[in-house]
Formats: sequence, structure tokens, C-alpha cells
Amino acid sequence: MKKQSRRDFFKLLGVTGAGALFYGSRAEASDRLRVNDEELSMLYDATKCVGCKACMAVCKRVNGDYGDLSYEHAKFDADSLWDSPSDLSGNTRTLIKLFKESDSRWSYIKYSCMHCQKPSCVSVCPVSAMTKDKVSGIVDYNKNTCIGCRYCQVACAFNIPRFQWDKTIPQIVKCDLCKNTNLRQKGIPACAETCPTGAISFGKRKDLLQEAKKRLQEHPDKYVYHVYGEQEVGGSNHLYLSAMPFDKLGLPVLKPEPPAEFSEKIQHTIYKGFIAPVALYSTLCFIAVKNLKKQGNGHDADDSTQHEEDK
Amino acid sequence: MAGHNDEFQRLEGKIFTKSFFILLALTLIGFYLIAVRYIKGIGVVSNMSDGYPWGIWITYDVATGTAIACGGYAMAILIYIRNRMHYHSMIRSAILTSMFGYGLAGFSVMVDLGRPWNAYNFFIPSKWQANSAMFEVALCVMAYSTVLMIEFLPAILTTLEKTRGERLQKVIKWVSPRLVPDEIRLQAGLERVRSAASWLRPRLDKVLIFIIVLGITLPTMHQSSLGSLLLIASTKLHPLWHTGFLPLLFLINCVYIGYSIAILESIISSYNFKRPFETKELAGLAGLIPWLTAIWLTVVIGDLAWRGQIGAALRLDFYSGFFLLEFLLVAGGSCMLFSRNLRNSVRWLFVSAAMIVLGGALYRFNVYLIGFNPGQGWRYFPSLAEFLITAGIIAFEILGYQVLVKIFPVLPTLGGHGGHGKKGKPEPVQDVAPVSVPGGVLGK
Repeated sequence: MKKQSRRDFFKLLGVTGAGALFYGSRAEASDRLRVNDEELSMLYDATKCVGCKACMAVCKRVNGDYGDLSYEHAKFDADSLWDSPSDLSGNTRTLIKLFKESDSRWSYIKYSCMHCQKPSCVSVCPVSAMTKDKVSGIVDYNKNTCIGCRYCQVACAFNIPRFQWDKTIPQIVKCDLCKNTNLRQKGIPACAETCPTGAISFGKRKDLLQEAKKRLQEHPDKYVYHVYGEQEVGGSNHLYLSAMPFDKLGLPVLKPEPPAEFSEKIQHTIYKGFIAPVALYSTLCFIAVKNLKKQGNGHDADDSTQHEEDK
Repeated sequence: MAGHNDEFQRLEGKIFTKSFFILLALTLIGFYLIAVRYIKGIGVVSNMSDGYPWGIWITYDVATGTAIACGGYAMAILIYIRNRMHYHSMIRSAILTSMFGYGLAGFSVMVDLGRPWNAYNFFIPSKWQANSAMFEVALCVMAYSTVLMIEFLPAILTTLEKTRGERLQKVIKWVSPRLVPDEIRLQAGLERVRSAASWLRPRLDKVLIFIIVLGITLPTMHQSSLGSLLLIASTKLHPLWHTGFLPLLFLINCVYIGYSIAILESIISSYNFKRPFETKELAGLAGLIPWLTAIWLTVVIGDLAWRGQIGAALRLDFYSGFFLLEFLLVAGGSCMLFSRNLRNSVRWLFVSAAMIVLGGALYRFNVYLIGFNPGQGWRYFPSLAEFLITAGIIAFEILGYQVLVKIFPVLPTLGGHGGHGKKGKPEPVQDVAPVSVPGGVLGK
């Protein structure tokens, strides 16, 4: 009796576990990521940046109303004259930081959304509030659908999406390449338009990639020989050049495989065509109804054997 | 559940006890802080940050709380799928705690969500996002909560059928004596309720098994998806825990937590309500757990070995410490349960089940919080207000359990299923055993 029941049990475990175990099998060829080099892109060359922060100022001026951004005041600034964010935040979409190793070795760095080719935030958003435009490649956020679950923040390898922790009606804040503001009016994001030193270039990904590689070729001594964003997490549309190692500048070392591809592969295998859940439900229904029927016929006798079984 | 209504009885006793008021106080503090959170923003009451966007509300209330609430799921598998009908007397209290556990999760999610008024988007097909594990979890949890409520309906219906409305009358009288309806109208109204309840119950009994099986399928789906949630955080979650097996590990984890918690609940409520312990049922239940944990531990070790992370597990640093703690709690508790003698002792049952629940819960904490590192400069430890909100919601949950077992027939009928009481039996009370009613097709 006991053996019988244990076998049933493992059978059941097999049924419930099968779906989950099933995943490792294969990746669909159609799921493979293709990099679209026609998408809109931005190239930030840290060696050309002088840290004037004009891009930060103009970003907040242009997107302040649309993006619900406020000025952040420092403690020492009693008159509230300056906007002085210390990091990307619920009020700040882009930020310039200085990394200083010694008096002679330092670099500025600009943070803003990487506009990934395969964005994790879009992959995880349960209500499609994060979207990636098929043509422009802009990763955009729609506060009117967002439920504020902050899964995008958990998922983003660059910690880009920020949440308005101190607002009654909060939202996620991130760069959208001025999609509804400067880009629509003038055809260029405000930061790229404003940059006085040409540290921010704007264009198609393929052109900027070419430009970046040209600069690397012409001044191999000046740069770290790497275009950050070309390969990272499957490629991003925000590209970086720098004289300092990128991980020191707060840009993490990342593998070329997009994390979203890994998670989607598993999720898709389990839930492909919703077959596994339906199969599980019908199998369980079959077993349960059969058990209850057995129970119905001669309940008392059955009940006593049941008691025996587990002894 | 189908047709076995005579197995359950109401717990007689006063509703307004000392613990009632303590829990009520905790609940009120928690709800006050929740109000503050809605007025001033999440940042005012919590220590969450852009690096740690999920704090204990998600880690404990949702990810761990629903596992602890898997008693109903685990018991339903045992009773209806493995056909162990003699555990049937334990199911109502398991379902009630599951209902509250999932209620806690749902409630906490509403506190945690930044823009909860947009949650209706889950029901708009154009907004659906099947790539998101969160989407799957949300729909399944909502569906399962509904299923749990339907599963609990027979208890409510049985009570309604027999109600004479005394409690209701008392409450109305307390609110305002003028509202008390005259006797005839009251009786007519009650008669309507009674007949509606007795009309509905046999019909519900007929379809209940399909609902119950749905109640087994849905947790299988969303408990594994709770693991899938962290699959994407491949750069943030420590390699000790980040693996493609997360969904499978979470699934097995919730089943053994479910059985262990069913044991703990039974022991605690027997002790608390001074009822005899259900030692025989519990020992049988406990015999299953080590097999599940053995599979789970094997997957954990096998996966670590396959990914070459065994070294990281034994490094004895911060992460490895928490990993080993989780691992040893589960393994230790399981080893005890392999022994038949220990299984038959209430004390050791309690200790081992508690170890397994703690270890299993720690696993979920490790995945969601402790092993999660968004990068340099980020730190998280929950604030007092965050703790108090969670405590308030839990207190509310226990409060509800205490009250409902006194209103509806939830706990197993005394003496019916072999209790070996150490405590004195409670006073025999009237109105205890609900009349046996003809069950539906699927009932006895």
C-alpha cells in the first residue's frame, strides 16, 4: 500500500514539476536578438565633456512639466537657487558626475537611460507601461498605465528607472530621448542640442557606432579601446567612449546576453500556448474526480483502508 | 470539502478576548501608517530606494507570506489528488489561513504599489504582457484568492442555513435600538437567507471539486512564477541563488512550507484553543515533508555543482552564511522528520516543522533581499514603520482567523478524528455539530 501511494506521489510531483523542468531544452531561433542599427542613438564621449552640466539643466527645463520633475535643492543652499541632484532620481533624468582618481586622472560621466536593444524593463512590465518603439528604438514610459510595482527597477542592470518615493502620486522617471518634447519640436534631444563641446552626439546607431570606432582608431592612446553599449546586454542605443575604465565610472561590466532573453525563454517554455497549465488542470481534475467517485462507492469501507494505508 | 460538513464545528467562546484587543491595537497602528503612506508617499514610511525597490512588503508579505499560506494548496493536493480523505478534517482551517495569507499579500501589494489605481490594466487585454512573470503572478494570485473564497463558502452557507440572527440582532441593537426590525420581518428575512443558502449549497457541492482543482493548479503556476520574477536580475542576484531552476525551487519550496505550516497551525491552534492535538494526522503529514525537502536539496546542490558555485557556498562570507543557514535549517528539520519516533511527538514535530518553515522562508528572503545587490552604495534595512505596517496586516489576519473560527464551522469536530488530547476537553456546547446534510453527487 505504501509503495503504491508513494509512486502516486512522485507521479504527481512529476506532473507539477514537468512544466518547470522543461525549460532548459532549447531556445527558439526566432527569439534570437537582432540588433537594429537604424534606431535613434546617442554617443557620449567622456573625453570631450567639460562637466558644465548644461545638459542636466536643459533636460529639466524642457521635460520638467511633461515628466513631473522638480528641482532638488542642497542643504547649504538656503535660498534654493540651484538644482543640485546627487544622483539620478525621481526628479532627474540625466546626470553628470565626476570620477577623480588623482589630480591628473579624472573623468566626467553622464548617466541616463541606455535605451537597450532588448530592454529588461519592457520585458518585465506587467501592464505594458514600458514600451520600446519599433522604429525609433526609444524606450518610453507611460504613467497612465503604470501601476508602480517597480519591477522595472529590479530588472534594469543599469539602475536607470527611478521612482518618486516622496510623492503622493508617484511615477517612474527615466530618459525618453525627449520623445514628446524637444525631439518632437526640434528633432534632437535637448541634451545633445545644448552640449557646447560636442560630447553628446545624436543620430542613427550605425552612424554613431562608426563614428565611435573612427575616434578609437584615430586616437588609440586617448581612449579605452571599447565602445560601451555596443555589446552590453545585447547592445544599447546609448553608446559611451571614455579614457577611464567604464566600471570605475559606474557603468557595470555586463555580458553580451540580454537578461530578458534568459528569463523570457524560461517563461515562454513553461507557458507556451498555455498548454502546460491546461494539461495540468485536466490531469488533476481527472485524478480528483476519480478519487471522489472511489470515495462515493462504499465510503465507510474505503475510509478504513485509507487509514490503514498510512500506517 | 464536498459534502463533509459534519466534520467541522464552530469554536465556542467569547470573541472579545485580551488577544483580540492586542491584535486590534497592532492593526490600528499599522493602518494609521498605511494612511500616512498614501498621503505623503512611500518614501516617508519605508527605507526602500531606487536600488532596493522591493522591501519587506514584497519579500515577506508577498513572496514569503503566500508560501506560508500554501497550507491550503498542500492539503488539497494531499486530500484530493493523493486521495487521503482522512486528512479532510484539517482542510477548512488550512483554507482559511490560506485565504488570509493571500489576503495579506494582496493587501500589501496595494500598499506597495505606487499607482494602485491603474491596477485595472491587468484586465485590459491590450495591456497584457505575457513576457512578464509579474503579470502571471498577479492574475494567478487574484484568481486564486477568488477560488479560496469559493472554497470557504460551504462553511459560511452551513452557518447561514442555521442562523437565527441573534448575533446580528445584538449588533444592530448595539448600533441603535431603533434599527431593530420587528420580529416578523426579521424572521421572514432570515427565512429568505436560509432558503437561499440551502439552495446554493448542494449546487456548489457539485461543482466544488473543479474549483478545488483550480485551487491546486493556480498556486502551482504562480508559486513557480514567484521564482521566475528574479530570473531577470541576473546581474544583481548573487550566483548562489540566481539559477534557471528558480521556478522549480520555489514550487517545491512552497509545498513543503505548506505541509509544515499546516502542522504548526494545527499544533498552535490546538494549544491556543485548548483542543486535543491531532497527532496521528500530523505524523502522517510530517512523513511526506522529508521526501520533498530531499528533492529540493538535491536540486539546490546539483545546480550549484553544475554552475561551479559550491566554492561560493562554502566561502563563509556574508552570502554563504545565509545560504548555509537556510540549507541547514531545511536539512536539519527534514532529518528529524525521517524518524518515526520524533514524528509522533508533538514537541519534536513542532520544532522540526518550525525549522523547515524558517529555512524555507529564509530561502525566499535570500532570493528577494539578502542575496540581492544592485551595486555599490545601495543599502537596505526596513524602517520601523515598514515593520509596523507588515505587523499590522499580520495582526489583522490573525484577528480575522480568531473571529471567523468562532462564527463559522472551521475546526475539526472534536473526537471525530482521533485526537489524543492532553488538554481537558472543552465544555460540551449546544449548537456544535452541524446536522449532516445530504451531499452532492461527489460527496459521500
